[in-house]
Amino acid sequence: MTEATASAQGLAKTSRPRSLVLEFLGRLFREKPLGAFGAIIFLILLLTGIFADFIATEGFNVIHPLDKLKPPGGEYTYFDADFNKQTGTYLLGSDQLGRDVFSRIVYGARISVIIAFSATTLSIIISLTLGLMAGFFGGRIDMASQRFVDAWMSFPDLIILIVAVSILGPGMWQVILVLGLLYGIAGSRIVRGAVLSTRENMYVHAAQTIGASTPRILLRHILPNIMAPVIVLFTTRLAAVILAESGLSFLGLGIPPPAPSWGGMLSIEGKSYMFLAPWLAILPGVALTIVVYGINMFGDALRDLLDPRLRGGGGRYGGGKPRNKRRT
Amino acid sequence: MPAILQVKNLKTHFFTDAGVVKAVDGVSFDVQAGETLAIVGESGSGKSITALSILGLIPSPPGEIIDGEVIFDGRDLLELSDEEVREVRGNQIAMIFQEPMTSLNPVLTIGEQVAEPIEVHKNLPRDAAMARCVELLAKVQISDGENRARDYPHQFSGGMRQRVMIAMALSCSPKLIISDEPTTALDVTVQAQVLELLKELTQEQGAAQILITHDLGVVARYADHVNVMYAGRIVESGTAISIYDDPRHPYTIGLMASIPNLDDDVKEKLIPIEGQPPNLAKLPPGCPFRPRCRHAIDRCAVERPELETVADEHKKACWIDVNGQ
Repeated sequence: MTEATASAQGLAKTSRPRSLVLEFLGRLFREKPLGAFGAIIFLILLLTGIFADFIATEGFNVIHPLDKLKPPGGEYTYFDADFNKQTGTYLLGSDQLGRDVFSRIVYGARISVIIAFSATTLSIIISLTLGLMAGFFGGRIDMASQRFVDAWMSFPDLIILIVAVSILGPGMWQVILVLGLLYGIAGSRIVRGAVLSTRENMYVHAAQTIGASTPRILLRHILPNIMAPVIVLFTTRLAAVILAESGLSFLGLGIPPPAPSWGGMLSIEGKSYMFLAPWLAILPGVALTIVVYGINMFGDALRDLLDPRLRGGGGRYGGGKPRNKRRT
Repeated sequence: MPAILQVKNLKTHFFTDAGVVKAVDGVSFDVQAGETLAIVGESGSGKSITALSILGLIPSPPGEIIDGEVIFDGRDLLELSDEEVREVRGNQIAMIFQEPMTSLNPVLTIGEQVAEPIEVHKNLPRDAAMARCVELLAKVQISDGENRARDYPHQFSGGMRQRVMIAMALSCSPKLIISDEPTTALDVTVQAQVLELLKELTQEQGAAQILITHDLGVVARYADHVNVMYAGRIVESGTAISIYDDPRHPYTIGLMASIPNLDDDVKEKLIPIEGQPPNLAKLPPGCPFRPRCRHAIDRCAVERPELETVADEHKKACWIDVNGQ
């Protein structure tokens, strides 16, 4: 009897620290297999981006002029340091300049990761700042900022992007800045909405009655409570930023060549040699599709799992039935 | 006895599209050190707004304190800067809310929340704050405080959460605790337990308490003084005993008559107060209780009665001399 209670207490103690992250992962795999699949793709993208130097078989700009437009598995010859003739294999073929498509896709992943994370982080920071201010202070601040957001959002995204990039010129930081700003301002609405409903909670009033300062209330009481929508916003924005960057690069407004961006690969090599060497168009396109799909699935699963309405019940659905409710 | 809190002619109005809502319209009362003052009244009579006005937490716009003084510890709280008022809130005046289910932040642990007022006001190091927190949890009869402090609010029952709120309120040893219907959302069995605890702990600390409630049973048992509010004004005030034994205002008499008595014959009907509370944005001239009052005379429709002394410490705002018996 005493042993049993002792071991039960021991269990209760050991289960505390692991509860959050591990339990969440467990639920992700159990309840949202597709989301878990997306998470894995996302992880692969991340690792590919970080370790591109080790994964790529060649530099993204190494040219083999004799072995252009080889199909996947095609061979190429080169001379090593001692001027001996060597042969290598193009894993995914080569382009019109004789560059290894596999290596370019791997380095393209790095560019996608850098842009996606920087632009999304920037956008979330902007969204949080604007949204928290507008939602919490309300009144004129809310009015002014929301009318500004309205005006901003009445322009089509692509127009803003093209205008901004043509003023700033193509390049990595320009793309990051413009995408961060674009999605940041649009996302402030979602943050504002979450703040508006969180602000009315009794615990916010309670925090006021204990004399907490406004920054403290914002950062300690409101921010953690809106993290669920913010995390979801983050993942969906990641996918959107990757797509937008590819779109810009496709139009020649993103990352300038020769740096390999998936969008640029589709446009320069892919479009021109579509019939002669279809792998040039198909492979970057497939990479893009899988990554965006994976991140979206992951984001979807996160949204379902982090739904605040499920909090308190251990986060499980009643009887595990699927929910199809969509929020934007 | 020194009054720890003096509220003088407090007027809190809300400026809405439908007109000016006079939620609190000239309320004055004193709270003596160590006593429990109950504020009783229907929903919308201005009880909670009075409490929030004391703490300067009226949402503005639309609300505004247009007149009055709230003297606490020799200072008028309404004159203080935001920062100075924050220093008083939670530190010297603590508040307990009606809804224990929603007054705790779901993403912070109980320990973090109980320790928060200490963190905000006392500048204690983290482990000292946590030690104090465990001590407070023990005081409100939550055992195994060290482990429970790491739990989240959803792992606590309603009564336990309200006790956590009490622990939070007591954490800085305030001189005044305002409890806004602390037991409304709780089970009847838990109600008594929570109120007992609240009374015991405030007495132990020598703190005064303002107990806002519409439960007259609670008032009888826990209050020293009672203010009865109606339509933003105090209509009768006195010691709990005098109000119960000898209610003088028709409204108070009506309230007393509508309490079911366990000793009464089951067939005996309760006598409710007819009608609805008035719309505070469109108060008629004269006494706001007149439309529902059985004793109303012509004068009631014209002039609003002020509080006048009827006996020692017993005041009422009514033109006619009615008697409960």
